[in-house]
Amino acid sequence: MAEKVTVEEVERVAELAHLELKPDEAARMLTDLNAILDYVAELNQLDTSGVAPLAQVGELGQFSSVPRPDQVEASLDRAAVMSQVPETDGVFFKVPKVIER
Amino acid sequence: MPSESNPPESYVEKPLTLAALRADLAAGRTRAVDLAAAYFQRIEKKNPRLNIFLSLTKERALEQAARIDALAAKGDPLPPLAGVPVGIKDVLIVKGAPATAGSRILKGYRPPYDATAVAKLEAAGAVLLGKLNCDEFAMGSSNENSAYGPVRNPFDTERVPGGSSGGSAAAVASNLAVATLGSDTGGSIRQPASFCGVVGVLPTYGRVSRYGLIAFASSLDRIGPFASNVRDAATLLGVIAGHDPKDATSSPAPVDDYAAECDKPVAGLRIGVPAEYFAEGLDPEVRAAVEKGIAALQAAGCTVKPVSLPHTKYAVPVYYLVATAEASANLARFDGVRYGYRSPASDTLSAMYSHSRDEAFGAEVKRRILLGTYALSAGYYDAYYLKAQQVRRLLAEEFLRAFTEVDAIVTPTAPTPAFKIGEKSDDPLAMYLADIYTVTASLAGICGVSVPCGRTQAILPVGMQVLAGHLREATAFRVARAVEAAEL
Repeated sequence: MAEKVTVEEVERVAELAHLELKPDEAARMLTDLNAILDYVAELNQLDTSGVAPLAQVGELGQFSSVPRPDQVEASLDRAAVMSQVPETDGVFFKVPKVIER
Repeated sequence: MPSESNPPESYVEKPLTLAALRADLAAGRTRAVDLAAAYFQRIEKKNPRLNIFLSLTKERALEQAARIDALAAKGDPLPPLAGVPVGIKDVLIVKGAPATAGSRILKGYRPPYDATAVAKLEAAGAVLLGKLNCDEFAMGSSNENSAYGPVRNPFDTERVPGGSSGGSAAAVASNLAVATLGSDTGGSIRQPASFCGVVGVLPTYGRVSRYGLIAFASSLDRIGPFASNVRDAATLLGVIAGHDPKDATSSPAPVDDYAAECDKPVAGLRIGVPAEYFAEGLDPEVRAAVEKGIAALQAAGCTVKPVSLPHTKYAVPVYYLVATAEASANLARFDGVRYGYRSPASDTLSAMYSHSRDEAFGAEVKRRILLGTYALSAGYYDAYYLKAQQVRRLLAEEFLRAFTEVDAIVTPTAPTPAFKIGEKSDDPLAMYLADIYTVTASLAGICGVSVPCGRTQAILPVGMQVLAGHLREATAFRVARAVEAAEL
């Protein structure tokens, strides 16, 4: 039912997700994704025209949640957060260069 | 553990009830510090085989226990969970304690604050023993996806404890904690509760604050308790439930006295039984046990009637599209910049991202990120993600209709008892199908309890799932308590 995913597509999706698959990993993922997509193609049996998508059960109107007021509040202590960072100068996160030249 | 003889029941032991523990503390028969020390000793002895705890918070536990003992010595009133030794699934964060989410990518990370549910437990007097093993980022149904090795089922150490909150369920079953917290996205509290013969609670979406829960799928994730009996699980939910300004999806609805509700008789309650949950693929011994549970409810005066949930068969496909799509977004934050693992020696930011993620995520996490990214990608969004959200509405509305006719719905929690370690680990689809009875309530946002209802001939526990409508936890507890009281 579902169109087969190709290895090129798996590699493209991996790139979108910032994953770098080794060749054997990509082959395994290709097999698994095709099996799973075949299975989820069952959904095509259902006519859902006119059905509104449900992203979050709050939309069902059974109970409500309340957004907090948009006010500036104290946040986490910078030193505590920075103590867990792979590389920092104490104020900023340090990363390798962003643009290649 | 070569020298230790290992009969099947040797790791199974029911903890004290909260009421007994409280009476002992108040009367001075037990001190909280001695109790905590005794639990750390048990953990030291049993954990090497069972692999339940990933890290311990001894210092914090003993400080809290000393505070409780000081209260008891003065004769002051004790808070509701005074001295109760608890364990926390390692997707919930505890300030300064390792938080791995079962993943290599967070190895060594120590978060700077407490999850709201954890803070509430401690404020109610609980003693935090440590962090519990689970599938990586709560993705799994067997605990085999933990980067730190699988938890073993206390009833049969060759079998899985269920997942993803396998450590949380096994800790209570083996009395390495009196109660624990887990998280449930598609069945991750209910299914391990069933496999380990303990009570596990899926609260209504929004009933418990998710602040400090490492996110998997935000529209589905819930935090809930495990305990050895229904009343204790109800008491724990009462402590952790309620609105939290730090989680905008948490409900402001008042919290019922769930423990008191457990004692209300069930006579007159209408119990729905959906044929779709008793169809092909259900283990005959599980079916027999759950049917006995239903008969017990009837004997207690409930009206049992069939209900129809025809979209049930679409729930697993919907769940795995919605959950993976949300996961692909949530797990983008693990990029080697702010916490956890960073791959050494990458020339550019982009290479650092992908090397870090590739080296530190496990296979199931990668599989789900890929599936979710694919379902959200241009050209496929409508066919997969949007379609799944439409069917999600049909599934949810079907439950709401059913709950106009019945007060609760009962089903098996899982189609089989605990399976063998390695039995399904090479077949992701077979593993996903193990979630067939639990993903429906996850998608609909409703609440439920998995309560033990007998054993198989091989003495493996079987769980019954009791589902109730949004914010109807009190009803689910009442029904679960009636099943428990029948002592099946």
